[in-house]
Amino acid sequence: MNASYMPPLADYIRVLPELILTVAGTLIMLLEVTLGKRGRGIPGYLSLLALLAAAWGSVVAFTVGGPAFGGLLIVDGYASFFRILVIGVGVLAILQSFQYLNRERSNCGEYYALILFSIAGQCVMATANELIMVFIGLEISSIATYVLADFLRDDRRNNESSIKYFLLGSFATAFLLYGIAWIYGATATTSLPAIRAALETGRVSITLASVAAALMFVGFAFKVSAVPFQIWAPDVYQGAPAPVAGFMSAGPKAAAFAVFVRVFITAFDPLVNRWEPFVWGSALLTMIVGNFAALTQTNIKRMLAYSSIAHAGYIMVAIAAHSEIGIAAVMFYLAAYAFMQVGAFAVISYFSRQGERYVNVDDLAGLGWRQPVIAALFTILLLSFIGVPLTAGFFGKFYIFKAALDANLVWLAVIGLLNSAVAAYYYLRILVVMYFREPGEASESVAPPTFGIQLALGASVAGTLVLGIYPSLLLNFATYSSQLGR
Amino acid sequence: MNYLLNIVIALPLVAFLLALLLPRNQPGIIRVFALAASIVIFLISLGLIAPFWFHTPHGWSFETDLNWIASPRIHYHVAIDGVSLWLILLTTLLTPICVLLSWRYISKRHKEFYAFLLLLEFGLIGVFCSIDLFLFYVFWEISLVPMYFLIGVWGYDRRIYAAVKFFLYTMAGSVLMLAAIIFLYNAAGGTFDYMEIMRRLQGGRLGLSSESQLLLFLAFFIAFAIKVPLFPLHTWLPDAHVEAPTAGSVMLASVMLKMGTYGILRFCLPMFPNAAHQCADWIVTLAIIGIIYGALVAMVQPNMKKLVAYSSVSHLGFVVLGLFTFTQAGMDGAVYQMLNHGISTGALFLLVGFLNERRHSLEISAYGGVATPAPGLSKAFMITMLASVGLPTLNNFVGEFLVLQGAALTNFRWAVFAAIGVILSACYMLWLYQRVFFGRATDDLKHHMPDLNAREWACILPLIVMMVWMGCFSQSFMPPITTSTSGILAQTAAMTEMHVRTLKPATRPVMQVATGAWVDGRPR
Repeated sequence: MNASYMPPLADYIRVLPELILTVAGTLIMLLEVTLGKRGRGIPGYLSLLALLAAAWGSVVAFTVGGPAFGGLLIVDGYASFFRILVIGVGVLAILQSFQYLNRERSNCGEYYALILFSIAGQCVMATANELIMVFIGLEISSIATYVLADFLRDDRRNNESSIKYFLLGSFATAFLLYGIAWIYGATATTSLPAIRAALETGRVSITLASVAAALMFVGFAFKVSAVPFQIWAPDVYQGAPAPVAGFMSAGPKAAAFAVFVRVFITAFDPLVNRWEPFVWGSALLTMIVGNFAALTQTNIKRMLAYSSIAHAGYIMVAIAAHSEIGIAAVMFYLAAYAFMQVGAFAVISYFSRQGERYVNVDDLAGLGWRQPVIAALFTILLLSFIGVPLTAGFFGKFYIFKAALDANLVWLAVIGLLNSAVAAYYYLRILVVMYFREPGEASESVAPPTFGIQLALGASVAGTLVLGIYPSLLLNFATYSSQLGR
Repeated sequence: MNYLLNIVIALPLVAFLLALLLPRNQPGIIRVFALAASIVIFLISLGLIAPFWFHTPHGWSFETDLNWIASPRIHYHVAIDGVSLWLILLTTLLTPICVLLSWRYISKRHKEFYAFLLLLEFGLIGVFCSIDLFLFYVFWEISLVPMYFLIGVWGYDRRIYAAVKFFLYTMAGSVLMLAAIIFLYNAAGGTFDYMEIMRRLQGGRLGLSSESQLLLFLAFFIAFAIKVPLFPLHTWLPDAHVEAPTAGSVMLASVMLKMGTYGILRFCLPMFPNAAHQCADWIVTLAIIGIIYGALVAMVQPNMKKLVAYSSVSHLGFVVLGLFTFTQAGMDGAVYQMLNHGISTGALFLLVGFLNERRHSLEISAYGGVATPAPGLSKAFMITMLASVGLPTLNNFVGEFLVLQGAALTNFRWAVFAAIGVILSACYMLWLYQRVFFGRATDDLKHHMPDLNAREWACILPLIVMMVWMGCFSQSFMPPITTSTSGILAQTAAMTEMHVRTLKPATRPVMQVATGAWVDGRPR
């Protein structure tokens, strides 16, 4: 590749979503200056348009799929799936942000621009076929998210959340970068297929490569909040604004899992016997720590943070299965999880009121009788978290544990399933409070939801039910693209 | 004609959705709608008897097999045999009764109450006719949700504790069952279909090692045993029963507990016969402990609902005992006893509910001399009580007799111990009756104890008719049951025979059953 290399036109189409998102994000920041006070709503709608365009762009990119820019990126079914997934998370997050930001008097363009940049970074992660691109995508996504976590900059909880996320996140990224350096030292390449080829020749020191894999595992485990690198998640989710917490517990997490799976299945596949026990152990501990810690939480955001740790554990079970069925299960579960998690945070964004006064589980008392529709939709999401049939969460778990049993991980599957019975307890607590208690002050004073919240919640529940009743719609595509590179 | 079963499955769901659309502030309309819908469903479900009327078909009726999910291969596959038939009819009979008995009792949130009752009916009917194991699991879990809400919203003081305990116990068992179902799917070469799995097992195309058979059996069995509930997994039951509203108690005792025994009969025994024979002694021991323990604990209860709840533990012990005798008589008796318990314990909960509506207390000590002001209620209670005790000409006698006969054929000592339970049941029931209905009534009680009104008679009369009918003319019900259970028994025995040779020599009684010597209920 010489300096005057000109990529073909198709390569630009393959990065269409990233282009659209970056251009739109920049435009919004410029527009912000020119628009007066009357134009406050415009950036929000513009960002929604940009996301829809980016989703269309992902589809177009998929039709001309293949490696782009000399193999730096690869647009396969797997990448397109995650692109659309993170874009969808962005749409749902923005829909629930309107009311929240207006309430906090912070509805300005930067917010939407940051979300668009973050999603652009996640799209790069989903398509990265090369470790430097992985790193760049991760940084674009993370830095935008660090700022989003501190978006209400006068709120001390936001400050705490952001600084924790930033410091610990940088630390983890350093591990990842160090791992990349090691593997480059060992194999003289950063391209994932080339690393694999080098490892398969057997001329590379296995010890060096294993150390590199271990360092990168630390970096990814942090990003997906897997034990023992999960400590940051509860504090960060609790402190961040509710819509942002919903966004960052679904979007960046999905992208991190996407790249985790791609790096370990593509590049480090020859070392599978060495990394699989770690993933196995981490999956086990993540499920147990997440679920048992969630049992005692009173703050609903914190509870959902621990629950999201537990869900990461289930996903790690599917990765430990190390099979194409496992990858399809990871993809399906992340889609199901994204609907549930963002939907649940839509309820919190709606219910918490100004300054997030009402974020305790007990505050929801009697919501089922004051806002029956919202409560019923939230109930469906909670049942999906528990894993009751005819919801996406059930099929997600079903496919994961089926993959684990296929791979003969019988005990991991059994412990995982028993964990999901433990988890039922804390989700049921929310149902108990919503329906079995008399309405409290917080439920009495709640105003009817705005259109944005209705749309976000309705879409999440519709997604949960559609995937729960007819999972083949998504699973067929996930199975098709679980063979990476197609 | 084949669509009839699908209609019976779908109608409660349709009614549930329609009920959600009704106006919230008009309880009258909602009640009438729920009653009309559930009666229509019952009448339509009577049509399911048609193929069983003159001659009982061997195998399945009303079979429907549609693709639902391509990968993994999950089908909407439903069908009924003689056992499912009566359990479905039991469900559809009790739902309108539950609507009717809640007419005045439910004073808040009417719409949700009747909607959940219809959703519960949907789940229960689905459980009893699913052939696809996955579909079975789906219905199994669906039925959990409405019952959770029925207990939690409309129950008594400790309802939240009871509802959560109920949900978690069942959930813990059913996740193990899910693991077993997935494992079986892989072992069977990619099918959840019960009929297909049975064909592969019998054709020798699906061989399970004795170790994995035992683990699978236990995973299924624990899920079912929690639901039955078998001692020592029964502790959720008294809580759930006592705290549930009357309709919830009736549905829980009459139908939901049968999900467990039905599961054992349908799935545990035919699919894992070796493991079933291997564990039979242990399970029967637990069942007999349950029979005697349940009866003894019932005897000392000061609370009527708790007394009836513990009597359920005792009665369900009979059902499990009957199933694990592996004899025709025992199995017939067990199935018949499932139906009997559904009718008579349902009626007991209903009558206790009527007493509670009048006096607002479940404590036995709050009553005494009720027979004076309310002779109709006393008569209804007496017939129900005698049925529950097992008086000849009433329904429970037939079931208990057959179970004891089956037990005696297999191991005479089992029959002796189980019979103690029958005697004890007479003790606690008669004593209960004496304390509540005889003696001198206080003025306060007389004042608050009107006799049964027309609506209440309409609730209890169908059940009393059934008690007498099932007690005197068991032949109206037995042939479909016998056909189904003999089929299941044959599968259990045949497969044991096939596998016995490869295992270490089994104990003598098991061998006799295994070779089919007692298949038709008496030694050849």
